Amino acid sequence: MGIANIIFILLLGGATAWFTINFKKVIRNIRLGRDADFSDNKSQRWLTMTRVALGQSKMLTRPTPAILHIFVYVGFVLINIEVLEMLVDGALGTHRSLSFMGDFYNFLISFFEVLAFLVTFGCAVFLIRRNVLHIKRFTDKELDGWPRSDANIILTSEILLMSALFLMNAADQVLQSRGYGHYIQAGSFPISHYITPMLSGISDDGLVMIERVCWWFHIIGILGFLNYLPYSKHFHILLAFPNTYFSNLKPKGQFTNPESVTNEVKAMLDTTFTPPPADPNKPMRFGAKDVYDLTWKQLLDAYSCTECGRCTSSCPANQTGKLLSPRKIMMDTRDRLEEVGKNIDTNGEFRDDGKGLGNYISNEELWACTSCSACVQECPVNIDPLSIIIDMRRYLVMEQSAAPQELNLMLTNIENNGAPWQFSPADRLNWAKEN
Amino acid sequence: MAIELKVKTMAEYLASGETPEVLFWVGCAGSFDDRAKKITKAIVKILNHVGIKFAVLGTEEACTGDPAKRAGNEFLFQMQAMNNITVLNGYNVKKIVTGCPHCFNTLKNEYPQLGGNYEVIHHTQLVQQLIESGKLKVEGGSFKGKKITFHDPCYLGRGNDVYEAPREVIQKLDIELAEMKRSRSKGFCCGAGGAQMFKEAEKGNKEVNIERTEEALALNPEVIATGCPFCMTMMTDGVKHFNKEQQTKVLDVAELVAQNINE
Ligand code: SF4
Ligand code: SF4
Repeated sequence: MGIANIIFILLLGGATAWFTINFKKVIRNIRLGRDADFSDNKSQRWLTMTRVALGQSKMLTRPTPAILHIFVYVGFVLINIEVLEMLVDGALGTHRSLSFMGDFYNFLISFFEVLAFLVTFGCAVFLIRRNVLHIKRFTDKELDGWPRSDANIILTSEILLMSALFLMNAADQVLQSRGYGHYIQAGSFPISHYITPMLSGISDDGLVMIERVCWWFHIIGILGFLNYLPYSKHFHILLAFPNTYFSNLKPKGQFTNPESVTNEVKAMLDTTFTPPPADPNKPMRFGAKDVYDLTWKQLLDAYSCTECGRCTSSCPANQTGKLLSPRKIMMDTRDRLEEVGKNIDTNGEFRDDGKGLGNYISNEELWACTSCSACVQECPVNIDPLSIIIDMRRYLVMEQSAAPQELNLMLTNIENNGAPWQFSPADRLNWAKEN
Repeated sequence: MAIELKVKTMAEYLASGETPEVLFWVGCAGSFDDRAKKITKAIVKILNHVGIKFAVLGTEEACTGDPAKRAGNEFLFQMQAMNNITVLNGYNVKKIVTGCPHCFNTLKNEYPQLGGNYEVIHHTQLVQQLIESGKLKVEGGSFKGKKITFHDPCYLGRGNDVYEAPREVIQKLDIELAEMKRSRSKGFCCGAGGAQMFKEAEKGNKEVNIERTEEALALNPEVIATGCPFCMTMMTDGVKHFNKEQQTKVLDVAELVAQNINE
């Protein structure tokens, strides 16, 4: 075993370990949320996941990005089969270890090259869409700073990874044609053979150098990419699957009836009713003040958000210039959750920092929502920003009595007259007598 | 509508020992709002016309709690819900038709968990069923050939996936159904939902109902059809804003149908 193999194996082990640590942290953070039961309708859940995450059904409503996204997605998934070969080669010091498959191997390699080309193309167009064309959902200010660079870093590194693959294959081809060393004739290269003429003047050693550098660049790049995921919106490539599996299968108009409130109300209406004892581990709270008060599914939503802004671009409040952006609701929830996670990492347990979701999301945003469900409908990974908005409103109203004055009036009317307006209940049937 | 409406309450049915087929849940807007009361009467006219035995709760009806719930006051919502459920279960109600998508959604989806289980349908669904089964005949009449666009109420459409019933009803009127670009699951809110009806909108550069009415008026329709008393208010205000009351009327699907029933 050569020194290169040992370095490779160490690298692979290190990258896997680091990813595992971060992944576990994410799972721990998600579990900070309240319980919610999603164990019903298994077959419908698998179907939803297959349709929405695997089949990208909700992307299709916008054809241009849908096609590009399919290129990148399919390319990315399938090219990982080639990465398997690279892992074997790297660990054992072999070269093109799967080439014993002969013609099928040639087919695979040429297929991967076409895919890699489509990925490169897709990413290039995405970069242009984001940075050159003025598409509103990509120029919104909530993307300023890290979110925007995050997207550009991802797209650029995918292009670099694919370019390295092409250059590696091109150098390999020249070496193959020269019959140099272990560079046996294998593979078929519909894209990278366009590069080979540019390399023909380079010495054997130079080519080996190029081939090796690209090989290492590609594999290190992929390991780096893997470890970048938990810090990035790109995490959606993994979380889209569980997130759609745990989709809300109920009608979008149906909101939760929090049991804590049901118990209180029952106790008020019926003096013989004794509410079941509350879970001592969870603070008793109406609505959501902080991430702890959301369910784990709402927190999984936050980690699954791709920041695509489809929700925001269909939001009537946002489209008419109000402060509300459902995408920002999801990004803020994730930011706060990460902050709470870091707090736990440093202190061993959560130390009250006097903050909550309200430090990220303002009341003005919350009160602008018409609860129209357009954001929920649009989200390509079945995220429900509306449920977080409502849970935060509940906290404002039931714990802080901080509803806008006009709403207080409406609520008082319901309480006193059984209608949101100030009419007497006795007049309810007047319409039947009027002409 | 000079014809006399026949309306009986649940209490009257009980007193006479009869049971109605369906409870008509009128809703607060349908009971008190002057414009929405016309929708209520149109629904009753249809029910009377086909001879369905229906009842209303009258003074025993109270707000479903929808605006309280959307505003975040879950307490008030559940108080309303439990009180209403006591009344409904007391009358052994099985089937409810509503004139409002908000009542429809709340009764259908949010009451069961609190002990209220009913078959709930929206009035456009009922009309559609009546036409399907041949009990109700509607023909072009006064709207024949006219251009009508339908504005999807969020709580009927996206909220409960009811997109076709109102459209099928409208199309029975031999009209030209013009669709807005944002329709069905992509429909654009009128701006009243989520308790917005009861407060000023937050600061922005436009009102939601203006944006929506503008989209509808771009089609130059003779009628903007709605299926919700709140959408009715918002779209009517929008049409007034653009001074288009002469060219474009805002009418509920029930009104379109009721106008073409010949007694
Ligand atoms: S539900 Fe609220 S946040 Fe979502 S699109 Fe409608 S108004 Fe916007
Ligand atoms: S919530 Fe969904 S639609 Fe909105 S930005 Fe995130 S992924 Fe996109």
